[in-house]
Amino acid sequence: MLTSLKRIIRTGSVGFVRSAYVSFSAIYVMVITLLVIGGSLIFGALLDHTLVTLKSKVDVNIYFTVDAEDEAILAFRKQVESLSDVKVVTYLSRDEALAQFKERHAGDELTIRALEELGENPLGASISITAHDPAQYEGIVQFINETSESAEATIIDRINFNQNKSAIDRLTNIVTIIDKITKIIVMTLVFVTVLITFNTIRLAIYTARDEVSVMRLVGASNTFIRGPFVVQGALYGVIAGVITLILLYPIAYYLGPSTDAFFGLNIFRYYLADFGRIFAIVMGSGASLGIVSSAVAISRYLRI
Amino acid sequence: MLRHMIYFENVSKYYGKNETIALDSVSFQIAPKEFVSIVGHSGAGKTTLLKMLIAEDKPSEGSIFYESQDIHKISRSQLPSFRRKIGTIFQDFKLLSGKTAFENVAFAMEANSRTDDEIAMSVPQALELVDLAEKMHHFPSELSGGEKQRVAIARALVNQPDIIIADEPTGNLDPIATYEVVQILKKINDLGTTVILTTHNKGVIDILEKRVITMDGGRIIRDDKNGKYLL
Repeated sequence: MLTSLKRIIRTGSVGFVRSAYVSFSAIYVMVITLLVIGGSLIFGALLDHTLVTLKSKVDVNIYFTVDAEDEAILAFRKQVESLSDVKVVTYLSRDEALAQFKERHAGDELTIRALEELGENPLGASISITAHDPAQYEGIVQFINETSESAEATIIDRINFNQNKSAIDRLTNIVTIIDKITKIIVMTLVFVTVLITFNTIRLAIYTARDEVSVMRLVGASNTFIRGPFVVQGALYGVIAGVITLILLYPIAYYLGPSTDAFFGLNIFRYYLADFGRIFAIVMGSGASLGIVSSAVAISRYLRI
Repeated sequence: MLRHMIYFENVSKYYGKNETIALDSVSFQIAPKEFVSIVGHSGAGKTTLLKMLIAEDKPSEGSIFYESQDIHKISRSQLPSFRRKIGTIFQDFKLLSGKTAFENVAFAMEANSRTDDEIAMSVPQALELVDLAEKMHHFPSELSGGEKQRVAIARALVNQPDIIIADEPTGNLDPIATYEVVQILKKINDLGTTVILTTHNKGVIDILEKRVITMDGGRIIRDDKNGKYLL
């Protein structure tokens, strides 16, 4: 058994080296397939990151009236925090709001002077609510509205959720659609390149069909005939995988700053940080594509 | 009475929709250690008959037995071990072009699960027998027609099969190479291996002076113990 395995691996490796041109073609085609797979992984990560960023941008800001009592605001805050859908509640006092306003308009003399002329702080306190899931905002806002309506004197000036919501919803929809379209395009590309790879390997084995018939005639078992071709297929896949990973490095390095600026994710850093997963997927796809293509292609010539 | 090794019982083979007859009710037996030549024009059915014997093709009717075993009832998984009992030699040599002479011969032993030590010992011996020891590391493309055929003979021999089947082995060879190949086949037979040879080379048959089965139109028309080429 061990001798057979050793012979199969040796024969496959020798065949790989001796039919160098065929090996080169098969590896070349497989590199393209694996680049598509690797590229789709990275692009998928970019889109996911964009979606997460967009979703995190959604929050609800509640602005309180200027004369709202601190105790009332804190009690209201506690009530909101106790909701299970709420992730974080950030409180901004009147003074902090004023400081932020002044800082934001530091260069705008007219506004600062107008503020000074008012003599008192016109800004109310506010809280910012982040939910676990953007879908939960609807419920949170409804709860706040109901609470505020039932209260004797309302302390809430306005809620800005509805202003952001439609824009963020629209963006999220666009990204989701792009994600879906990309997935379809990538799947089609992967399917086409897998077919091309399969046919290249089939062609490589077709050139060896006479040899297969000779092997059968000298009494070689199907496993013994199939083995070296499968080893060859695995070698194509592994080598193509290594080449793909090497090629992805400079590509990610070159595109990293641009994707950082545009999507907020540097794909070079992502490539390095997630290398284990990318390595496993690219190498695994390469090896299994090579093995399966060879095994399927050779089985045609093993029928008697 | 001599116990036979191979039995053909009313074997017929038809091809295609218009039922082209390749073999028509062929019956004969071959004893162990016999040297049998099968002669006939092209299309007489010689190669079809050999294909049936190595289970590469199935008969439309009739049965072929190797000892007591119906060849065409051997399961697919058992077929390789059956084929290892038969050494085959073809007109077009059928060597593995990507392997050297040594590797071609060794491959037949590897397929037979022989150890590396056995291979290292037997392959040079087999190549020595066909006078090719010096070219054992040459690829088929670096060998002449006669040399290729001798590699094929070494490959057929190396597992010490019960039968050697040679299908027109001299068809592509010049007279000197033909003579060498025939002498090697005779030597193999003298050492106790059954040899079945198909040919349409009159000279080969006449120097052998062995049993000759003559075929025509898929039928056996003559079976002579010490035959001549009569067509």
